[in-house]
Amino acid sequence: MANTGWFGRKSKNARKIARQTVDALPDGLWTKCPKCNEILFNKELEKNLRVCGKCNYHFKLSAYDRLVFTVDDGSFEEFATELRTANPLNFPKYEAKLAEYREKSGLDESMVVGRAKLAEIPIVIGVAEFGFLGASMGSVYGEKVTRAMETAVAEKKPLIMFCSSGGARMHEGILSLMQMAKTSAAVARMNQAGLPYICVLTDPTTAGVHASFASLGDVIIAEPGALIGFAGARVATQAGLINRPPNFQTSEFQLEHGMIDMIVPRREMKSTLTKLLQFGYREAANVI
Amino acid sequence: MSSSPLNILDFEKPILELEAQIAEIKRLTAEEGTDRSAEITALEEHRDRLMAQIFSNLSPWDRTLLARHPKRPYTLDYVRLMFDDYMELHGDRLFSDDKAMIGGIGVMGNHQMLWVGQQKGRDLKDRQFRNFGSAKPEGYRKAMRLMKLAEKFHRPILCLVDTPAADCSVGAEERGISEAIARNLMEMSTLEVPVIVAILGEGGSGGALGIGVGNRVIMLENAIYSVIPPEGCAAILFRDPNRKIEAAEALKITSQHALELGVIDEVVPEPLGGAHRNVEQTAKALRETIIRHLNELSTLTGPELAAQRYDKFRNMGTFLCEELTAVTE
Repeated sequence: MANTGWFGRKSKNARKIARQTVDALPDGLWTKCPKCNEILFNKELEKNLRVCGKCNYHFKLSAYDRLVFTVDDGSFEEFATELRTANPLNFPKYEAKLAEYREKSGLDESMVVGRAKLAEIPIVIGVAEFGFLGASMGSVYGEKVTRAMETAVAEKKPLIMFCSSGGARMHEGILSLMQMAKTSAAVARMNQAGLPYICVLTDPTTAGVHASFASLGDVIIAEPGALIGFAGARVATQAGLINRPPNFQTSEFQLEHGMIDMIVPRREMKSTLTKLLQFGYREAANVI
Repeated sequence: MSSSPLNILDFEKPILELEAQIAEIKRLTAEEGTDRSAEITALEEHRDRLMAQIFSNLSPWDRTLLARHPKRPYTLDYVRLMFDDYMELHGDRLFSDDKAMIGGIGVMGNHQMLWVGQQKGRDLKDRQFRNFGSAKPEGYRKAMRLMKLAEKFHRPILCLVDTPAADCSVGAEERGISEAIARNLMEMSTLEVPVIVAILGEGGSGGALGIGVGNRVIMLENAIYSVIPPEGCAAILFRDPNRKIEAAEALKITSQHALELGVIDEVVPEPLGGAHRNVEQTAKALRETIIRHLNELSTLTGPELAAQRYDKFRNMGTFLCEELTAVTE
């Protein structure tokens, strides 16, 4: 940083060195915003619900962080925890991959479901964990989503799904594709029961999940700047997709084209969900 | 288009060479009037043995190539052959008429039914016209409109699947391709009429499943049904598109695998050498299978049909429970 003059700007190289210095800082104190490169103090970042105070970039949340930020304190009660992923296709290296991500994320799979309360309203909630194999939807993910919907129907509760997914779990082949049909059919049961189903699309929600239960909410909310679309980035590249508009497959793009109801920043998520539940839950109560 | 080298797969070459030889001898026989029937019979026997040998050892990648064979019969070929009479209906009433997703009404024996399916094109111009069999949101919405029509008139539905994937262009995203497919999956699960799905060639991922939720799902022997094309899987998981043969193997995309995994109900055998070597025979086998399933389903009421379909897909997937006993639902 020696070449910083009083009025001068840091040379490009000096800025690079400064960044590297920050990257080399001990873990757990600072985080760099991937969008604007601002160095954020972790405590501040946590207080800000992991949203960059400078550019409003929404960091990806782990499933349990999301629950802490969303539901009433201590109200979450997980179910379907006994489900474990199998390797039905004997797909090469799948078990090793699973073990690696279990270690990395501390979770057994890429979906967490349970009962909770939000502003005192009893709900069923599901949250995808992007940190586990890109929240890809395999048999367990699909089964948990379906059980969440069935539980909502059985207990006449509203359902909130925080969706995220890179797509289908290729390692489970055609069985992962079938999870799209399974989860979408379960939404039909929620509709028949007249229960509110709210989808929150978080970064990224693509492919198989976007083309199934994530597009079927009574109300669909997205976090700002999330990647949302049918063709995953790598699939689109494979297909040679060209002439993409600059905001292609973002929350803003989806809002513009009428595919979602609104974009809600994280700090307003809880209050927005509460209002929607209060609107829909009275209806649900009438069903009982 | 019959003998263009582009229309011949590598493993078909020795067979076609033999056939050319046989044809040549037959021509000479006709011209010269000499009796060469012994020679012809020997060659034909040799060809049959060779075919049996080649086609009993097809790898999943070979079957992928067969499913995409340029001479493979497409949806309309089967529609023309299987129905005693048929008519096409058009449009989604919202945006346009998708040429990659066709549908209409048809008569098959005693059954009045509604059919929908993806249509691929034969030559370059036709392929572009049909968007390579990749339907757009309007295609899925058209299919759903027609299926609702069938439900209104209590007629069974036949879905003929043959698509590499749904269209993923900018326009398709703008008009909500995800929503269109998702809605079809949801609505199809509640239809109160029999739904039979036949996978004819490529069962490409969500694009195929978008008209693939049936009480019965049947599959032609050399068709494939996959969550992602082998090339895509190789590019993404193995980071090398050239490892497609390996990916085809790992993804378990053949009809036999789909049957073993409980995703389909029946494999409809094709003539030796593939559907394109005898389209009439394939269509006949398909028609007989469809009618048999329709007759079986005719005993169920509307709500029972919807319930059967829901349960069928509800139970798909394989996982373990904590006691670590395998549960294949």
